[in-house]
Amino acid sequence: MSPEFILGIAIAGTLTGAVYGLMALGLSAIFGVMRVVNFAHGEMMVGGMYIAYLLYKTMGLDPIMMLPVAALGLFVVGYLLQRYLVNYFIEVPEHVQFLLLLAVAMVFTNAFLMIFGPDARGVQLPYAFDSYNVGPLVIDKVRLIAAVIAVLIAALLGLFFAKTRTGKAIRACADNLTGAQVVGLDVKHLYAVTFGLGAACVGAGGALMLLLVDVHPHLTTDYTLLGFIIVIIGGLGSLPGALLGGVLIGLSEAFAGFFLAASMKSMFAFGLLILVLLFRPNGLLGRGA
Amino acid sequence: MTRTSTLFPLGRRTLLKSAAAGAALAALPMRRLHAAAPLKLGVLLPRSGFLALIGQACQRGVDMGLPVLKDMGYDIEVMNADTESSPDVGRTQAEKLIREGAQMLMGTFDSATTMSVAQVAEQKGIPFVVNIASDPKITEQGYKYTFRVFPTSPQLGAGGMGLMKTLFAQTGTTPKTAVFMHVNDSFGMSMLAGVNALMPKLEMPFKIVETIAYDPRAKDLSIEVAKAKAAKADMHMVVTRLNDAILMVREMVKQQYETQGIISPGSPGMYERQFAKTLGKYADYCVTNIPWFDPRSDLNKELEPRFTKAFPDETYDINFGFTFEAVLVAADAYKRAGSANPQALTEALRKTSIAKRLLTGTAIAFDEKGQNNGNQVVAVQNRDGKPQVVLPDQFAVMKPVYPVPAWSKR
Amino acid sequence: MAMGRATRMLIGLMVALLLAPFIGNDYLVSVLILCLFNAYLAQAWNIMMGFAGQLSLGHALYVGLGAYAGGALFFHYGTPPWIGMIVGAAIAALVGGVIGFLGFRFGVKGVYFALLTIAFAEFTRILFDHFTWVGGSSGLYLPVVRADHDNLLLLRGRPAMFYYVILGLSAAVFLICHRILGSRLGYYWRAIREDQDAAQALGIDTFKAKMAAVMLSAALTAVGGVFYAFYTNTLYAESAFAMHRSIELILGAIIGGMGTLFGPILGAFLLTLLGELLTRLAENFGHGFEGVKQIGYGLILLVIIALRREGVWPRLAKRLGLDGEKAS
Repeated sequence: MSPEFILGIAIAGTLTGAVYGLMALGLSAIFGVMRVVNFAHGEMMVGGMYIAYLLYKTMGLDPIMMLPVAALGLFVVGYLLQRYLVNYFIEVPEHVQFLLLLAVAMVFTNAFLMIFGPDARGVQLPYAFDSYNVGPLVIDKVRLIAAVIAVLIAALLGLFFAKTRTGKAIRACADNLTGAQVVGLDVKHLYAVTFGLGAACVGAGGALMLLLVDVHPHLTTDYTLLGFIIVIIGGLGSLPGALLGGVLIGLSEAFAGFFLAASMKSMFAFGLLILVLLFRPNGLLGRGA
Repeated sequence: MTRTSTLFPLGRRTLLKSAAAGAALAALPMRRLHAAAPLKLGVLLPRSGFLALIGQACQRGVDMGLPVLKDMGYDIEVMNADTESSPDVGRTQAEKLIREGAQMLMGTFDSATTMSVAQVAEQKGIPFVVNIASDPKITEQGYKYTFRVFPTSPQLGAGGMGLMKTLFAQTGTTPKTAVFMHVNDSFGMSMLAGVNALMPKLEMPFKIVETIAYDPRAKDLSIEVAKAKAAKADMHMVVTRLNDAILMVREMVKQQYETQGIISPGSPGMYERQFAKTLGKYADYCVTNIPWFDPRSDLNKELEPRFTKAFPDETYDINFGFTFEAVLVAADAYKRAGSANPQALTEALRKTSIAKRLLTGTAIAFDEKGQNNGNQVVAVQNRDGKPQVVLPDQFAVMKPVYPVPAWSKR
Repeated sequence: MAMGRATRMLIGLMVALLLAPFIGNDYLVSVLILCLFNAYLAQAWNIMMGFAGQLSLGHALYVGLGAYAGGALFFHYGTPPWIGMIVGAAIAALVGGVIGFLGFRFGVKGVYFALLTIAFAEFTRILFDHFTWVGGSSGLYLPVVRADHDNLLLLRGRPAMFYYVILGLSAAVFLICHRILGSRLGYYWRAIREDQDAAQALGIDTFKAKMAAVMLSAALTAVGGVFYAFYTNTLYAESAFAMHRSIELILGAIIGGMGTLFGPILGAFLLTLLGELLTRLAENFGHGFEGVKQIGYGLILLVIIALRREGVWPRLAKRLGLDGEKAS
């Protein structure tokens, strides 16, 4: 096996992983702040894909340009969902939260089925088949774009939490809820903003993903699971962790797929998840135990 | 414990009485029964759940087929049920349809659900016509009430591999090596077994240098395709479903993986409209060897324009075709049986012989296991965005192209 | 007094269920089999989560292990399913024990523990997809004989036989749960569920007690899996170990009332019947409305969760004057 070849596999794995990471960012942010595990995560992602698809279909707009629209749409969905539903379930036991979001997920998936039908829907873009030749390497253009955008969005989200007033206030809620309430922060609003932002990341991830995968209603569960694996490995609540987790999963799938049986590649992702849960339950970049 | 049809509890008794009265009289009430009511056919399809796409495609075969069959003089009424892509639901739905008076069942596309419905049919003694499901085991269980119109996966594979040799002979290009990339589910695995068994048996001219199984739920096939490319084989042989077929070819273009051609020995995916729509010019020249619409058939001439008018965005494919034929088989058996008595219907199904088909092949007829062996596999090549029959000559509307033009030359 | 009433009601219910196949038709029987099967699994899951407070979202793992153990033994050696149940239960208890051991020893708690159970279930699903001795992804088909007589030893026969088998199994689990809840172990479990640190302070060996809950729950679930294998005759790793099976399995227990004896049974019946009812209603919509059933189902789940966080049974039990039954 030539070294160029191994390098090619590594690049493909890393690029796919970055997109996975973007999708997991939102899940991570929501958990980090509210300790709510969003089991309707994959559904939101598919929602973002459908928004981008609709804009493409009706107006011929490029999903990359429409990324902000998909993000905004999902922000609204996330904000409302948190404000008027999930908010009443912040303090309940995990299994109740789980059931609640599962029911939401069920409604979403089947609403997609009713509205869009079961067919896979994709976009046809002139550059969808392009790739760059770098020496002996062939690098997929769409994946490269998607990966760059994923990193950019992660950076923006990080900046938001670090620099803006709202971002700092949200972090305050996460660190010390009672303290935040005492100083008069509007926790309800801040939680809803966080949920909205998490959903917006997922929406943006969905719009990007549409360049790589055709959307159909039953993608949802797989993405939810994949999202979980990634954030746990990276560290629930850690933004760089989500990206790292994505890249690690991308790489492990790539190498497992190449050197072992391709159909077993996600087994390695689950294996990795088990190891991380046991030995670093807070994830690779998660805040200390 | 076998229950007769709940709709005609008296009908059967009348029948027995008249049979006792004399054979000549027996025909009379039968005919009256037939005239009285259409056959109640319970249709079981996965219209929701992860197979919803195919289930709804099959359902179109029922919905569009009914008026056509009525025009042909068949008398049939359907009771639809959704299996939700689950064998458990399929079983209870089958029980429910029978309880509500279904006199025959038809469905269910996936092999697992078909198996569980076949068991219900056996227990109740209600005939069951399988439109699509390729697992050979379905007709190996000794079931007396199950009849399958679709070919088994070994039949598909044998037909598909045989046609490859014809293709190579006719185009004068024979690959020496091939990569075999297949989906890792029950269908993919039984095709794999079939292909491996047939390679020596049919003395195929090429060697399979790499076999790659991939996850049916894969959302990224870049690594699988890279692996295939690394094998540097002449031909790319595949067994796919739809979404993975799209991912695979897109990846092949991006990775500039050129071969003599992409050929499927019998699987869905590449002939579908979504495939052509998403991949555009890159969808062209892919070959699928599969039973297809007989371009010369009257039924085809009747149905195709109707279909394209009603569903301009959907594929006129064999999900539709085989479901239509399955309904036709059911209606035809009822007409010949002249009664909705399950035994009479089963007997009539066993004697089925439908020569005027929609799909390629000889007459539909069932062997002692309930398998229709009359399907003929043809080579369907995508040309200008449409699947066209290219082999064998008696069905062909175009000449096959092999090797195919390079991605960059399209 | 209250106990007497509860017992009388239970006996009444049992008699009604025993008579059901004589009154109803085959469709009713097949729906009731589904109800009882779900009730059985919900009870088994309830031991681990409801009694001992350990959230498992991967119980399909044990269903699958049981189904494949019983199915493969029968397929390869003609082993009767009753022996398969013992083997399946042993394997599941062992695997459950390993997961429990790892989880508890490494201090994996709450959501993380739940995700650990999912990870093991999914890992095993893909593993079985490649395990050719049990058919791999081609599936495992148990030989079916024409069912005109019942063979209880080999579990081959008509729906009514399966109905009585699953009824018996459900009743047995109910009695086991009842027995354990009243025992010292049951008391330990509840103490751990309420406050593990306090339980430890009281001198309870929490590790041992939790391990007992996981292993018992896993073993009983696997027995249900063997039943499933023989009832459906077709096994695919894809569906036997499926994530959605893990979810369906716990819905009944949560909706009915986790931690109670009768809640999981009630919940499983309610949800299974609700599913059937919605299927009926959805049929009226015809094509183009596929998915409307699941939307209705999801909305009803939402409403129940919003109104009855502890499940339906506790409040209902109070209404019926059966507070004594509510064991927690």
